Amino acid sequence: MEVELRDPNIIMKLSRLGSFHQSKLSFLRSFLDEFKDWDYNRDSFNLDNGGYGTAVYSFKKKEKIYSLVCFANKIDNNDRSDRVIATKWDAAFTLHDGAPTENDIKRLKNEVPKQEVGRLSYKELTLSRANKSVRVFDHVVESLSNGNQPDLNLLEKVGYLYRTTAVYGSGKFGLADRFRIKNRQEINGPFRLEMMLVYLVRQFTFDQVNHVAKCKNPKKAVSLDLKICKNLGIGNSTGLGMAPFIVNHPTLLHNWILSRETALKKIREIKKVNSKNCDLFKKCVKESLKILTSWNTESEFQAKKINSLVINVKRFLRFIDNDFDFTSEYPFNQIYLWLEKQTCEETIEYIVSMMMEPFDDIVKPLRKNMSSDEEKYFRIPTERTVLELKNILELKYPDILKINFENKENFKNFWFISKNKEEPRYADRFEENGSELEQPLAIARDIKRLYDRLIIAKESSTIDKFLLENSELRHVIRRAFIIEKFQYAEIQDNTISKNVIPIDMLRLKLSFFGALKFDPRSDKWLRICMFQGAPLPHELKNCSQQWVYN
Amino acid sequence: MNLKIVVSNGFIIDRKFMRSLSEIETTSKRASKASGFSWGVSEEVGKSIRLLEMFNFQGIKNLNEYFREKLNKKFERPNLINKSNTPKEFSYCPISLGVNFLDQIYNIEKIKIVNFSNIAYPLLFLPFLSKSSEVIGKKIHFKFDNHEFLMNINVNIASNLLNKSCPNIAKNAEVIFIENNDNFHEQDWKSLYQLSEQTFVEETESLKKGAAGAGLTDND
Repeated sequence: MEVELRDPNIIMKLSRLGSFHQSKLSFLRSFLDEFKDWDYNRDSFNLDNGGYGTAVYSFKKKEKIYSLVCFANKIDNNDRSDRVIATKWDAAFTLHDGAPTENDIKRLKNEVPKQEVGRLSYKELTLSRANKSVRVFDHVVESLSNGNQPDLNLLEKVGYLYRTTAVYGSGKFGLADRFRIKNRQEINGPFRLEMMLVYLVRQFTFDQVNHVAKCKNPKKAVSLDLKICKNLGIGNSTGLGMAPFIVNHPTLLHNWILSRETALKKIREIKKVNSKNCDLFKKCVKESLKILTSWNTESEFQAKKINSLVINVKRFLRFIDNDFDFTSEYPFNQIYLWLEKQTCEETIEYIVSMMMEPFDDIVKPLRKNMSSDEEKYFRIPTERTVLELKNILELKYPDILKINFENKENFKNFWFISKNKEEPRYADRFEENGSELEQPLAIARDIKRLYDRLIIAKESSTIDKFLLENSELRHVIRRAFIIEKFQYAEIQDNTISKNVIPIDMLRLKLSFFGALKFDPRSDKWLRICMFQGAPLPHELKNCSQQWVYN
Repeated sequence: MNLKIVVSNGFIIDRKFMRSLSEIETTSKRASKASGFSWGVSEEVGKSIRLLEMFNFQGIKNLNEYFREKLNKKFERPNLINKSNTPKEFSYCPISLGVNFLDQIYNIEKIKIVNFSNIAYPLLFLPFLSKSSEVIGKKIHFKFDNHEFLMNINVNIASNLLNKSCPNIAKNAEVIFIENNDNFHEQDWKSLYQLSEQTFVEETESLKKGAAGAGLTDND
């Protein structure tokens, strides 16, 4: 039996993309898989009694070394802010290519804490900063210094000691360009170095909290229980900076989604599934309920989604326990069809993620397809005709072409770059200034404009001639030819409409990162947790593949 | 010497380290948009300046000078490119010329040799020729005054102008498409081939009988 790949016109809608969950394809999981055989080491740890100073951690294999250089700083409580406009953080980090020399550390000490206004070199690969969850950090220090383990209820509610507020890579602020390192096999997957940075930062937070507690009460202090450490991750506050990325990297987005869709298709096409794999799938779904029930949010929007998800996952469990026969043919296809009929987008995508768990042979080979070189597809095939381009738009953007952009609600918002932090922002064009400096992220509107021009142009005319009169549409002409080849490269929604929820775009990307517990703080930013439940560095070599659900 | 640059939020940056190509591309793209080009053309400019800087040409310097001059001076945008191209009143804008050249490359290639008068900031035209060379799979030779550039399938650009300032106008420029012919004499090839044959082993009759296709007639 052959199952069709799912229709991009359904899957690439924002509400669906905003329902994606982490899976075996997620980058933090593939990072851990890749680096599990590397030697981890804490190379230096020079913190004072308050926990301020410098530390270096590394992963090493043969001659290759990646080092996290950490700078922990004392900041005033009033200066602590997760917003991108902040200028001071509890700690700042960079991932250095190789082992840093004393001169490197000296140089980095001057630059890394300044973040966006510092200058890094091609020897640095990623850059980040993080703030303490003061409430949790202080409580843990207090407990440990008195010889006690911290309150697990509090830890469960928050899930981390620190949260990062940005992780930069790929040439930002002087960091190494991607092309310098792209041929290294171990970092072939997307965002692998960013994942490495966050993972090592997590270990730094445990070492720092133990160190501060010990300094506070050397005789009585105990270390944070390793099981508790394992259940803590790294928080992250994410704003709109992330959203344009998925619009600006169309073939990369396609490769991520296609990998997920291919995995689902192949799993649905399995005629007979052995009992071991069925049991593993059921175990993951059952154990994942723990994640759902400890998923806290003050967002009414997200709380509703979680409630509905919990109800539907429980229904699904009853279904597979009581009414479903895993020995029947094509069991996962039957499950998928049941989900589509009986549940919601959030539940469908949640279970789809979990379907991948037993099938390493299907999923792991797909991981290496998840990078892309956008440059290869940059040239517009100007020898093609107006008719061909018009046909592409009609075939690939059916719903977008139906949008009426005369209606103000459909072009209410605009994307721009803020002057003070050079970060993407989103605003109401009828209330805020600056829409004349709009970024080229209103793809739906511009595709519609292009279509309107194409239908009055001579069909046999070639694109080079069409461009002579329509240069302002060049960016979407390029996109349309990309989308022709890469069906999942475009969000099939209007990203400037009144009804758009920008965090759907963030959540799509974060689900591929492997984030858990999306906690929207508005429609424009959210908090998440990464590496919660992940093996600690000394456990990497023998960790369970399903650590997320343990 | 370390330059100190004051950025918009009042911080001072010590310019000790090189800009990444990613920063060069992004800043060039945004500056192009601010100078009046469409986003699609600005994307092309970002990639062009990245290429020039990667090949050690003064892309940032030329783009900056061109945009400053563009504030007070008009430049012409060509339409269809022919065998001989002369602007009507002002110099050609190297960006519009470059974009159009790249877009029309399959037609222009048929002309073999194309002449241009008055291209402003000709260095900015080079990346489009380089990309065109890749598209058609042929080397492109670009020359004006005593300056020469060989675009090699977008893999590199050979020039007698490396590490020197490029003039800000090419009065009479010529673009030549180089057919894919050998760049060496037949005698040199034969000589080298004979040497390479010394790595071969003579086959015995019995080995020949067991080789692929042996024992069958080619007409069966």
